[in-house]
Amino acid sequence: MGYTENELAKDLENQEYKFGFVTNIESDKAPKGLNEGIIRFISAKKEEPEWMLDFRLKAFVLWKEMTEPEWAHVHYEKPHFQDITYYSAPKQSKKYESWDDVDPEMKETMAKLGISMEEQQRLTGVAVDFVMDSVSVATSFKSKLAELGIIFCSFSEAVKDHPELVRKYMGSVVPVTDNFYAALNSAVFTDGSFCYIPKGVRCPMELSTYFRINEGGTGQFERTLVVADQGAYVSYLEGCTAPQRDENQLHAAVVELIALDDAEIKYSTVQNWYPGDKEGKGGIYNFVTKRGVCERNAKIAWTQVETGSAVTWKYPSCVLKGDNSIGEFYSVAVTNNYQQADTGTKMIHLGKNTKSTIISKGISAGKSQNSYRGLVQIHKSADNARNFSQCDSLLMTDECGAHTFPYIECKNSSAKIEHEATTSKIGEDQIFYCLQRGISEEKAISLIVNGYCKEVLNQLPMEFAVEAQKLLAISLEGSVG
Amino acid sequence: MSETQTDRTLSSFTKHLRQTEISLPAHLITTSLNELNGKSFPTTRSEAWKYTRLTKLSKLSPTLASKQDGTNGTPFAIHSTGNFLVLENGAIHLDASRFETVTGLTIKRFSECNAEELQHIGSLLTLENEPFNALNTAYLQEGIFIQIADKVQIEAPIELIHLLSKVECSATIRLYIHVGKFAKAEMTIGTWAAGADKSILNAVTEIHVGEGAHFTLQKLQCEDEGNFQICTEEITQDKDSVFTMHTVTLNGTLVRNNVRVRVNGTNCETNLYGAYLLKGNQHTDNHTVIDHMMPHCNSNELYKGVIDEQATAVFNGKVFVRKDAQKINAFQSNGNVLMTDTAAVNSKPELEIYADDVKCSHGSTTGQLDEEAVFYLQSRGISERSARNLLVEAFIGEVLDKNDNQDFVAKTNAILNERFGWER
Repeated sequence: MGYTENELAKDLENQEYKFGFVTNIESDKAPKGLNEGIIRFISAKKEEPEWMLDFRLKAFVLWKEMTEPEWAHVHYEKPHFQDITYYSAPKQSKKYESWDDVDPEMKETMAKLGISMEEQQRLTGVAVDFVMDSVSVATSFKSKLAELGIIFCSFSEAVKDHPELVRKYMGSVVPVTDNFYAALNSAVFTDGSFCYIPKGVRCPMELSTYFRINEGGTGQFERTLVVADQGAYVSYLEGCTAPQRDENQLHAAVVELIALDDAEIKYSTVQNWYPGDKEGKGGIYNFVTKRGVCERNAKIAWTQVETGSAVTWKYPSCVLKGDNSIGEFYSVAVTNNYQQADTGTKMIHLGKNTKSTIISKGISAGKSQNSYRGLVQIHKSADNARNFSQCDSLLMTDECGAHTFPYIECKNSSAKIEHEATTSKIGEDQIFYCLQRGISEEKAISLIVNGYCKEVLNQLPMEFAVEAQKLLAISLEGSVG
Repeated sequence: MSETQTDRTLSSFTKHLRQTEISLPAHLITTSLNELNGKSFPTTRSEAWKYTRLTKLSKLSPTLASKQDGTNGTPFAIHSTGNFLVLENGAIHLDASRFETVTGLTIKRFSECNAEELQHIGSLLTLENEPFNALNTAYLQEGIFIQIADKVQIEAPIELIHLLSKVECSATIRLYIHVGKFAKAEMTIGTWAAGADKSILNAVTEIHVGEGAHFTLQKLQCEDEGNFQICTEEITQDKDSVFTMHTVTLNGTLVRNNVRVRVNGTNCETNLYGAYLLKGNQHTDNHTVIDHMMPHCNSNELYKGVIDEQATAVFNGKVFVRKDAQKINAFQSNGNVLMTDTAAVNSKPELEIYADDVKCSHGSTTGQLDEEAVFYLQSRGISERSARNLLVEAFIGEVLDKNDNQDFVAKTNAILNERFGWER
């Protein structure tokens, strides 16, 4: 008897989290809880200017007035905001002079994550901004990028060194009042990445940030701001992992992308936060606000591979403000055991001849719930707007769920919108066909799942595609060869 | 303080209405009154009413209007034979109706029903957070009980018309239809207005389709612009049954259709078809739920609309597949054509699936008439207007072709010819 779906289901259930190690680095922590004092503490720690502190405090006042959203198709115990440590920095105040100065244990962490700096520096030419628990510890290739006028640094450095750019763009895409978690992030964010590509510059390498939650009971609140000036191009990669911890940790990030006229931003994410164990205990709450704005002829492409987190609540969006601008969203979301994902995108068409494409692939296994929630909004001014959406769901067991909630709003008669969604399991006829050709059942399932995700994986940059495939293999081990 | 939507409580809407005199189960009345007490109309902040504003409706304080003598229902009739019931402003008009004795068919008013028969009424209707259902229970004016005996086939469709004929009046009507085992029947419901304005029809239809039975419901919604209509259809299907529904919406300021089908048996078939052709300031909102509770069932859903002038349309279709309801094939499709830039459409096709061995899909499109097709027809000597009408007819035709009731289709086309000036 070959490899059956029941066996596959069992394999999926027994899958343990492979990045569940804790790095023993002493960290510099703020006391638990959230109040104005903590925000002042964070701001002081980061040696921030007055305007930044004002921004935080204003956000905090607004946040206190807001209520947690409950519309998503997820059920979880709400985080206790007073039990979270809002600042946790690896305890090394000294800035590194060179790569060799970096704590060896931390280097090892990176190596385990498969992003060994040496290797990356030497072989791949990827510049990495590594964020561990809130503070950016090392940035490579900075000088090389500086030659081109590209600014790629941690958010706190940007606040100090490029306040004019930060002040101009921060909060312009995701305003403080946008939602509960965006407001929280605006009040307590600790670090993140900042990237500015000057006019007409094509960033020669893929920029990358690796996030990792290390300290127990901490929340990670990072902020990413990517600005591509007129005619610029950048491909930005973001990866996330967290060690195995019992309590539910909160991750509430804000990502803002600004593509000015004729610019292009490609933003790829591989998210592999700890999903909780197979009883559904622990895991990360991933509540992220990601949005980009496209000016004339600009293009933003979001690509995401979501395999981790206990609860995911994430909608990378594009505001297609300028005429002829393009928004794309490619997503693979895998949920296993008790994971819950409510993810999708928003495409807001404002400009003429704007185009958007949505390709979403969901895979549900175990007892998980996987939802696609998307909005396509065509405003009156968006003549000849075009949207194509495709949302497919694959069900691996009879205990999981796959759901689709698309919102399609059209106010312009010259717009063309297409949406299609399918939900099914791997066809027995497909497996039978493979078996008939001498392909084992396990290989057949792997083949089908790979083929199913291919449209999205093809969009990832080379280095990431390999990692994403590895992650898919880990998440669905036994099925992907 | 200015009066906004949220300030308008349901009690100010009901102040001229009378609580029901029909002896429905007491707990339903109590629950409904509790639901209405101190509550306001739902706003667009509520997910179920996200795209439909009730502001205009909430400003009304409708009165109860009685039927008028000498009302003639015939001009509104779709079928020339069979039972024909006229309900004017929520009251049954026996003189205008036509009753024929058909073996196995019982049609009576709720007031003529015994306690046991009344017990089934409202048993599956959601009252919590459904103010219109609560209104339809606590302020029910008239109820019609229709029973089709087991193994009976009713040849001529049973026809019922709702007629609004007074200004700012309220018609609150309930229908309960029980289709016996292996029975087969068809029903047509038309909604019309003559001299009415700012009037509201609140109709709830409960249908129980028994084992192996076939039941078809056709609705032609054709109130004049200025009137409101909130319709709820609550259907339960037993095993091996087939339920088909056609909803054609051609007029009305605000038309809301809530259709919920509980497929509570194996080997069932459910078909929901809808067509809406809107213009002026009309607004139509179709909410459908197909709840697959048992395995081995098929469902098809096709809704198509043409939205002209300043009209707006909403489609929200949900397919729900419960755990263990394996081997379900569910297809849902929604197509919209926007004729002007002032028209708008909001479409929300949803799938919620908890079983794995299923094939479910949905599709939604929004666009305009193909300019090349218009040009092709013009180059063959057809005027632009006729060309557009022809293409609209073809677009909607896909839905109307699913209907094999010739009388119904003919009436629909006649109204479309008149209303949209289709040349033949």
